[in-house]
Amino acid sequence: MVYAAAHDDHHHPRGWVRWVYSTNHKDIGTLYLIFAVIAGLIGGFMSVMMRMELAEPGIQIFTGFAQMVYGFEGDAAVDGGKAMYNAFTTMHGLIMIFFMVMPALIGGFANWMVPIMIGAPDMAFPRMNNISFWLLPPALILLLISFFVPSAPGSYGIGGGWTMYPPFSTSGQPGPAMDLAILSVHIAGASSILGAINFITTIFNMRAPGMTLHKMPLFAWSVLITAFLLLLSLPVLAGGITMLLTDRNFGTSFFSPDGGGDPVLFQHLFWFFGHPEVYILILPGFGIISHIISTFSKKPVFGYLGMAYAMVAIGAVGFVVWAHHMFTSGISLDTQRYFAFATMVIAVPTGVKIFSWVATMWGGSITIRTPMLWAIAFVFLFTVGGVTGVQLANAGFDRSVHDTYYVVAHFHYVMSLGSVFAIFAGWYYWFPKMTGYMYSPLIARAHFWVTFIGVNLVFFPQHFLGLSGMPRRYIDYPDAFAGWNMVSSYGSYISAFGVLIFLVGVFEAFSKKRIAGANPWGEGATTLEWQLPSPPPYHQWEQLPRIK
Amino acid sequence: MNAAPDMDRARQKSNRAVAAVCLAFFVGMVGMAYAAVPLYTLFCQVTGYGGTTQRVTQYADRVLDRDITIRFDANTAGIPWKFEPVVRSVTIKIGETTQAHYTATNVASQPVTGRATFNVTPDLAGAYFNKVECFCFTDTTLKPGETMDMPVVFYVDPDIVDVPELKDIKTITLSYTMFPIEGDKPVAAAPVEESGKTIPNTEGNLGG
Repeated sequence: MVYAAAHDDHHHPRGWVRWVYSTNHKDIGTLYLIFAVIAGLIGGFMSVMMRMELAEPGIQIFTGFAQMVYGFEGDAAVDGGKAMYNAFTTMHGLIMIFFMVMPALIGGFANWMVPIMIGAPDMAFPRMNNISFWLLPPALILLLISFFVPSAPGSYGIGGGWTMYPPFSTSGQPGPAMDLAILSVHIAGASSILGAINFITTIFNMRAPGMTLHKMPLFAWSVLITAFLLLLSLPVLAGGITMLLTDRNFGTSFFSPDGGGDPVLFQHLFWFFGHPEVYILILPGFGIISHIISTFSKKPVFGYLGMAYAMVAIGAVGFVVWAHHMFTSGISLDTQRYFAFATMVIAVPTGVKIFSWVATMWGGSITIRTPMLWAIAFVFLFTVGGVTGVQLANAGFDRSVHDTYYVVAHFHYVMSLGSVFAIFAGWYYWFPKMTGYMYSPLIARAHFWVTFIGVNLVFFPQHFLGLSGMPRRYIDYPDAFAGWNMVSSYGSYISAFGVLIFLVGVFEAFSKKRIAGANPWGEGATTLEWQLPSPPPYHQWEQLPRIK
Repeated sequence: MNAAPDMDRARQKSNRAVAAVCLAFFVGMVGMAYAAVPLYTLFCQVTGYGGTTQRVTQYADRVLDRDITIRFDANTAGIPWKFEPVVRSVTIKIGETTQAHYTATNVASQPVTGRATFNVTPDLAGAYFNKVECFCFTDTTLKPGETMDMPVVFYVDPDIVDVPELKDIKTITLSYTMFPIEGDKPVAAAPVEESGKTIPNTEGNLGG
């Protein structure tokens, strides 16, 4: 059963060829992670600018930005600045979803760790893996260019939010900015679809002897389910935005009522993608957290099969709840009842996961090292976001806080504080494995505490703002909302400082070169990646591991 | 050593099979997204979802002894027509077949083609608002100054009193919107208005 490819196994390209032509899952994973960090810095910069704008009532900085960037003057600068703020909210969403969280979790960690964890030498289609990555930078560049081309009359860059609802995305913004953004999402989607096909094939076909699906690590499970969600939902988005594109440019009327179309159809198509998308963003995080909690509790994860099938259930039910994003779009009472009920059903498998994590820690020999800090914080913050999610599932309550900061607080608790904490947990868990170097625990902990305090300061007050009726996606607000907005803005400055600490920590780890060793986490770390040296060899598992 | 390339090839083959299935699935889902367009229309027509009224060819089999008021509303969307209902509302029995009239006058100096879309409010009543005859979705061309009478024949399905949300309904509004048909002009090709031109003094006007 010894299986070694007969040819060029030890061919080890160097220099730029190694990266640009790379077919090695670890190198591509590294590229994805670097890409995600850069995109995250861009998206994060936008969020800090928005918070700076919202720190006080009135318009602070965006008029000046519009003057600086677009050369507007006078009133045109005021209006251009408002449009620019809208473009910032839109781009922040698109960049964070498509170019930060997805590349980090799926492209980065999954590329790096899934083949190692299932005992495979590489991904099933290494060259397809290469194109998956290299589609992303052009997509991001297209999206960034859209910032600087006209959209609605008198403004630049796409506004209207990442949801791109027509008619604002069709007849509302005649300039080329929206076309660029649609193209960008198409390309990013193609990248994700290729990645998903690659992961499904790898996980189904490339597992080491003895590694049955029911023995597979939970992270591999989570990536498998995520890949299926991508395969099922992304084509629908692609179809929907293609319809937008043809409505805009080729005279079709899928979404324009004067031609017999219906703008609400886009909402159905979008959210049929959009809701599974939020599970795509969080499921790999679930996998990472399971590993970390089990490692640092020195116990196998509680209820392994329950954990795996809870993710399957979340993925499956995630496809039949989309209209809870559309409670105010005029759907009938019975439809609302169904979608409210189905949405709350998701709390059951999610609860299984939360309680299983707690049960894994219960009675374990816990060591609070940096990844564990992030993981515990993840469980706490995700639960906060989950609870407001169950509240928002109720159509009555949702109507009252629809499009307010309550919703913003909710999805940032599960995404920005959930997914991102999972990403950082994974980063600190696998950094020694990926680089071979140990980071400074002091800096890593400082990063954690500053970020934890910062993001909670940003988003917790937004619950209060939303409940008192502050709508989202506006550049300005009545004076009554001033207090908590100021707190929220200070929180974002603290979080931004946390990002600086993160970068310093990475720099420090590479400059100090503390050797981490094959397994820095001790006996709790049982998955296959810890049996390899750190960093793992360029080609691993030439001798396939046997799983008992 | 001979077994290794063989296995390699076998694995490659099964890898390709899985990828092919995934790809077929992807194409199928894109197809589904497009199939959603006719399916959605069909769904709306069958269920009256979102206030889609029902088109039928026969009248109600019974008339209830209960009054309901039908209000008529007319809008135009960028078409130079005067478009309005002849009467603003009628009160009829549920199940009774009634004719209502709209008139449209072309006030432009050239012929204009228009097309009407419609819906009813409350949305749920759409399924019970049956039109025997209507002028919706037909292209109509009016010469300059020409006036046209547009009849609608309809009845309210007596089953409406069995729906919990609608059993106490007193009023249904039928609304038409008339759109111009001037060739389908792609939006993005439309000339962008001068980008410096904006509404003056929005700060002062809107208190922003």
